[in-house]
Amino acid sequence: MAVVVVAETWEGKFKKASFEAVSYGARVAKSMGTEAVAITLGTLTDNPADLGKYGASKILTLAGDEVATFNNARYATAIAGLASDAHVYIVSGTNNGKMLAPFLAVAAKAALITNVTALPESTSPIRVKRGAFSAKGIAFTESTAATTVICIVPNSVGIEALAAAGEVQAASAQSNGNIRVAKIESVDKVKGKIPLPEAELVVSAGRGMKAPENWNLIEDLAESLGAATACSKPVSDIGWRPHSEHVGQTGIQINPNLYIAIGISGAIQHLAGVSASKTIVVINSDADAPFFKAADYGIVGDAFEIVPKLTEAIKAFKAHN
Amino acid sequence: MKTLKISHPTTRSIALFSQLFCLTQCYPDMKILVCISHVPDTTSKINFTNNNTSFDAAGVQFIINPYDEFGLTRALWIKESIGGTITTATVGTAAAEPTIRKALAIGADDAIRIDADPKDGFFVASQLAALVKENGYDLVICGQESIDYNGGQVGGLLAALLNWPFVSPCVGMELNGTTATIIREIDGGKEISKAELPVVIAGKKGLVEEKDLRIPNMRGIMMARTKPLLVRPAVDVAAATATVRFEKPAAKSAVKLISKENIAELVSLLHNEAKVI
Repeated sequence: MAVVVVAETWEGKFKKASFEAVSYGARVAKSMGTEAVAITLGTLTDNPADLGKYGASKILTLAGDEVATFNNARYATAIAGLASDAHVYIVSGTNNGKMLAPFLAVAAKAALITNVTALPESTSPIRVKRGAFSAKGIAFTESTAATTVICIVPNSVGIEALAAAGEVQAASAQSNGNIRVAKIESVDKVKGKIPLPEAELVVSAGRGMKAPENWNLIEDLAESLGAATACSKPVSDIGWRPHSEHVGQTGIQINPNLYIAIGISGAIQHLAGVSASKTIVVINSDADAPFFKAADYGIVGDAFEIVPKLTEAIKAFKAHN
Repeated sequence: MKTLKISHPTTRSIALFSQLFCLTQCYPDMKILVCISHVPDTTSKINFTNNNTSFDAAGVQFIINPYDEFGLTRALWIKESIGGTITTATVGTAAAEPTIRKALAIGADDAIRIDADPKDGFFVASQLAALVKENGYDLVICGQESIDYNGGQVGGLLAALLNWPFVSPCVGMELNGTTATIIREIDGGKEISKAELPVVIAGKKGLVEEKDLRIPNMRGIMMARTKPLLVRPAVDVAAATATVRFEKPAAKSAVKLISKENIAELVSLLHNEAKVI
C-alpha cells in the first residue's frame, strides 16, 4: 500500500478536491511503480467505486461511530492504523484537510509537506514544489523521512480521469478512547451557494462599488457565470459584505481558474490571497491601479457601466454555447 | 466551580487561596502561550541567496506574523477579563529578538526564545511541545500559518504531539470555566465546537478584528525592555523536511487591456484564450 489518498466527503458526497487528490495520488503511485488506495471515512451516499475513475485501484470505506463525523485526531489515527505500510499519504488542503494532515503525519511518523502545487519532481526522495512567501516565492522541499504526508492546494493540479480497478472494500476503524478532541456543537453552512474555497470562478469587488446596495451588479455577474462572490478587506471591514467573503492575506486565500476584481486597487495584502488564480481580470476606473500589473486582462472604466454590459455579454455567450 | 489543573505545586496554594475570593469564574493561574513567528514584512521584496537555497534577509524588515497578532490580542482580552499570564514562544535566532520585544510591548508578560534556526514545521512544533510539556500551559494560540513558509503545520503538529484538541482556522473563541467554545471556518461556512482545556488553536482574523489589534504604545515599549526574555537551548530533534531550492514565480506578462466599448472581446478571450469559461 504505497500511496494512500484521503478522499474527503461532505454530507456523504465526495468533494471535487477529493477527485483531484485521487488522480494526484494515482500519478504519484504510477511514478513509484505502485498503486493508489483511497480511503473514505464516515457515511457515504456517493458510490465509492467512482474513485476508480480517477485512478484509485482500491477504495477502503471506513464507517462506524468513531469516524461518523470529521474529527482530525480520530480520522488521523484511523487512517494511519489502516494504512500503516503507506509510503505516501495524499491529503487535499481543504479546511478539514489542513487540520487532518499534521495529525496524520504524527500518527504515521511521517514528514509533512503542505501547500503543494504540483506533482513531485522526484519520488525517491519525495521532492515537491510548494508555494511560499505568500505567492512571492516557490520552494522545492524534500522529505527526509521514510513516510511523507503531501497536502496539496485544492484546484492547483486539476482532476484527471484515469481508469483503475476501483475495487471497494469495507474496513473498520479501531477506536481509541485516549484521544482528546474538540466536540462539534453545530455547523452553519451557507446553503445553495458555491463555497469560496471551492469555486472555480470568482467575482470580487471592492470599495469602488461605492455602497453595499450596488452589489446586485456583482451578484448578477456572478450568477451569469456560475461564480462565487468575494470582496476586498475594506469592504468586509466596513460591513458592506460578510467577513466570509473577504479574500486576501488575512481573509480566505483562493486560486480559482478565473478571478474578476472590480473596483479593487490591488494592495499587496489582497494580492497575497488571490494571485495564485489562473486568470485574473481587473476592472477599475483608475488606469494606475496596481492590480493591473498582476492582471491578465484589464478594462479601464466605470464599473457601473462595464459590469452590467459584461453580465449581458456573458449571458449572450452562454445562450450560444 | 471547576478549576484548572494546576501545573506547578508551588502555585497550588496561591491558586486555592485566590479561588476562595473569586466570585465569578476566574483563573489566577491561567497560563497562555502565544506562539510568535518572526517573518518578513508583507510588503517585502522576496529574494533568495546562496545559489537560491536560502531566503535573503538582507535589507528586509521583519514583523510579528500577522496571524499571530490576532492571537496575541485575544490572549490579552482573556487576561484582562479573567486574569492569567501570557508567555510568548518563538523558535529563532537572536535576530528574532526585536520582534519578540514588540510582542512584549504589546502586552505579553514574558517571552521564551528557543535558540535555533526554525528548520521546518516539525522541528518548530517539537521544540514547542518540549516547552509546553515542561511548563504546562492551559491554552496555546498559534497563527493559522506563517506568511513566510506558508506551512500551516506548527499548531496542528504541536497539538498532535501533545494529544490536545486542535482547532484551525479559528475565527472565534470564548472561555467558560475550563471549556473553550471555538468557532472555525469550514469550506463555505463555520463550525462551532467545544473542548476542555488545554487546547491548541490556530487563529486568524475573527479571533479579534483587525481594528482591535493592539499596537505597542510608549509605556509598553519602555516596559518591554525589562520584561523577561528567556533564551532556551533547542531540544535535539531532526527536521522532517529540507527545502533544497527556491524560485521566484514567473513574471506575469503585461496585462491585455480591452476597450470598455468592446466587452464581447473579453468574453471571447476568456473562452478561447484563457479557456476559463
